Amino acid sequence: MKQYIDFFKTQRKQIDASCSSLVNSYRDEAFASFEETGFPIFKSEEYQHTNIAELLDTDFGFYLNYKGESIDPHKLFHCNIPNLSSSPHFIINGHFYKEKNNRNLPDKVFSGSLNTFAEEYPDIFSKYYNKLAEEKGNGLTALNTMFVQDGYVLYVPKNIIIDHPIQLTNIFNGKIDALINRRILIIIEAGSQAKILICDHSTEKEPLYAATQITEIFVEENAVLDFYELEESSKRTIRLADNFVQQSTSSNVMINNITLNNGVTRNNYYIDLDGEFAETYLYGMAIVDDTQKIDNHSVIFHNVPNCQSNELFKYVLDEQSLGVFSGKIIVAENAQKTQAYQNNKNLLGSKECKMYSKPQLIINADDVKCSHGMTTGQLDESALFYMRSRGIPKEEAILLLKYAFTDDVIQGIRLDTLKERLKMLIEKRFRGELIRCQECI
Amino acid sequence: MSEDSNDILNEITNKDYEYGFVTDIHTEFIPKGLNEDIVRLISQKKNEPEWMLDFRLNAYRHWLTMQMPDWAYLDIPPIDYQDIIYYAAPKTKKGPKDISEVDPELLRTFDKLGIPLHEQKLLSGMAVDAVMDSVSVKTTFKETLAEKGIVFCSFSEAVQDHPDLVKKYMGSVVDYKDNFFAALNSAVFSDGSFVYIPKGVRCPMELSTYFRINALNTGQFERTLIIAEEDSYVSYLEGCTAPMRDENQLHAAIVEIVVLDRAEVKYSTVQNWYPGDKEGKGGIYNFVTKRALCKGEASKVFWTQVETGSAITWKYPSCVLVGDNSIGEFYSVAVTNNFQQADTGTKMIHIGKNTKSRIVSKGISAGKSQNSYRGLVKITSNADNARNHSQCDSLLLSDTCGAHTFPYMDIHNDTGIVEHEATTSKISENQIFYCNQRGIPTEDAIGLIVNGYAKEVLNKLPMEFAVEAQKLLQISLEGSVG
Repeated sequence: MKQYIDFFKTQRKQIDASCSSLVNSYRDEAFASFEETGFPIFKSEEYQHTNIAELLDTDFGFYLNYKGESIDPHKLFHCNIPNLSSSPHFIINGHFYKEKNNRNLPDKVFSGSLNTFAEEYPDIFSKYYNKLAEEKGNGLTALNTMFVQDGYVLYVPKNIIIDHPIQLTNIFNGKIDALINRRILIIIEAGSQAKILICDHSTEKEPLYAATQITEIFVEENAVLDFYELEESSKRTIRLADNFVQQSTSSNVMINNITLNNGVTRNNYYIDLDGEFAETYLYGMAIVDDTQKIDNHSVIFHNVPNCQSNELFKYVLDEQSLGVFSGKIIVAENAQKTQAYQNNKNLLGSKECKMYSKPQLIINADDVKCSHGMTTGQLDESALFYMRSRGIPKEEAILLLKYAFTDDVIQGIRLDTLKERLKMLIEKRFRGELIRCQECI
Repeated sequence: MSEDSNDILNEITNKDYEYGFVTDIHTEFIPKGLNEDIVRLISQKKNEPEWMLDFRLNAYRHWLTMQMPDWAYLDIPPIDYQDIIYYAAPKTKKGPKDISEVDPELLRTFDKLGIPLHEQKLLSGMAVDAVMDSVSVKTTFKETLAEKGIVFCSFSEAVQDHPDLVKKYMGSVVDYKDNFFAALNSAVFSDGSFVYIPKGVRCPMELSTYFRINALNTGQFERTLIIAEEDSYVSYLEGCTAPMRDENQLHAAIVEIVVLDRAEVKYSTVQNWYPGDKEGKGGIYNFVTKRALCKGEASKVFWTQVETGSAITWKYPSCVLVGDNSIGEFYSVAVTNNFQQADTGTKMIHIGKNTKSRIVSKGISAGKSQNSYRGLVKITSNADNARNHSQCDSLLLSDTCGAHTFPYMDIHNDTGIVEHEATTSKISENQIFYCNQRGIPTEDAIGLIVNGYAKEVLNKLPMEFAVEAQKLLQISLEGSVG
């Protein structure tokens, strides 16, 4: 922790240099809060199995004042999900990559760099930036605010429907161990709709990459957002993501997080249902082996009546991997007619892997329908036997069953091209063919 | 829910605590507060051997290093541990030899509680070790049990008469270092029950103990130890009622159960300490550590609890399944009303191979109460083919109460199967309407539904207890209903 405090104190000029003054104006307060609270405490209720202080206790480099123009992401990297989007964006080492001709979006929509957005839309920026992260965040989110260099903003004004999905790719590229602090802000105004896919990739095997990412999402009345995240990084990656969502009346949000390749991942979701008849779908799926770690934590706040939330997380664990799921649904006192469903299912493939599951309900209203479920186990032997008795080899039968196990998370995706593509990627992952980011067929 | 049923629910939930009364008998106190001298004094009063005093002092010294836990979903007012009297014993001249020597006031108290110590009891075939403010007054059936080699006596008698057994097993399941309240209890425990079932013996009757807090401002620190030797069986009942009090009283008990090869222990509790009044004033703080160690192969433990009382309940009867093929089951109904708070559940620790556990927890909250289920299922890496199923349901009877579920599942073995499910809902209008149109009045319908909801757990209680449990459910919630 001390290294970050010292670095902030001594390198302030460098940190501020390439950023908008608005972005810089949040740093002091964040610093004060970080100094006071520090990193989330290991073994505390919310961080029982992920030790943030230890993970970040490396002499990381920072990409400050970074001019990545010499890098062409199109040459550097070929996406596993090509042609999905007509508007691809890249964040390289935490800095937004400026495409020369990338204007396939409606005119009023802003889709670009955080710093540019702060310059062009200072009022909107000030209204939303860091609002949720400050309210619900912790020392780690403060660290992000202290050091953030750039990020991505999607701002969709009222009544605009973006048909095509937007794709944003986070690329780690470098030779040194680095900590990247990036920021995503998504504002969907009343009556608008958008779909976004965010992928995490790393291009080099060796250096240790750590990233803190704060995503703040505001979905206003009758607006719809599909938010997909796909992590396909390397075993030397640490991903610490905080997602904050605020939903207004009759809004509809679907979040789907898929972890195919990672090192250590901690995803936090804080979803506030602030308007009646808001609906939220939170899905997650992870395939982990070796010594990979996946830790998903979610809190859904039902603050008003008549909202609905559906949560489903599925893990396939193997070898010495570790899986953590902790989910909390909090129904406020007056939030009658709430419907909240929470489910976590896990498949264990080896004796060494470990699963910690903690689905929780905190309910303070009586006219509600809330349930949660959790199952952890291995593949059903009778199902395996059935398949083998019909001539399917054991290996293939196991694969089929694992594949089928993940399917309901994939079925939740509201984007057919992505769905098909993911099915293929998952199959490849199970076959061990998807060792790391690779070129598409 | 309709107006009608709301009225009835209100009426039910507003019902007063029926078992509140104070028995005026002579009680022997020691000074308020806690220090090493008090611990020595308690030990001295009980005429304990040196090793017991050492155990207490070690526990006390460890307790001093500990902090009161704050992780439970409870709002516990600060407790001044120096403002509590740690020992109170009813004054008896020599110790009663027969029923006529027992203080008549005390007997009347037991009568009100429905524990006739004499003939009726003989006929009903039950042994009662009545504990009143910490000292065992009268034990029946001792002789009958002694014939079979069964030891059923107060803890202090066991310390005198069976020191080897006590030495060997006390603290082996719940170490004094285990938690704050366990350390406190180990330092100052006053009395409790001791049960020893020898090899191959099936205890012919239900063993029953009524605990009762009586004197003002007296913490009750019970300690129970049950040892079931190979191939033995025992069913143990514990029931509590406490008089009405304005000041909060602390109850921190320890129950330890050791189950050896192929033995089976059933432990049933009906807990109805004084829950405080409608404004949330007074009531018992019930912080209990209960744990069973299934040490032997194919050993079994069944916990059944009906929790209706106490202002604050903090209680997790647990099973440590060490022996291969051992089984642990936990059935619970927890009712909270007015300003009661309960954070209760279980822990199932699977260590042996082919171990099985089952959890059925039914929470009912009413008034402004908070009712939480908290449970841990842990499958260690050696526990091949472990199996667990947990079901935790909550029923909400008012829009101001809370029902919460905090399950923890730690699975370190791929051959285990762990399932957990929970639902939360209120009594639906459809259910009431369905009953109404078949001629069942709303009042009865609610009773029917609440009873039906808790049936799975109540069915697990021994016959003698099931009736009382139903009564308590009615008092806590139903009143005239049911």
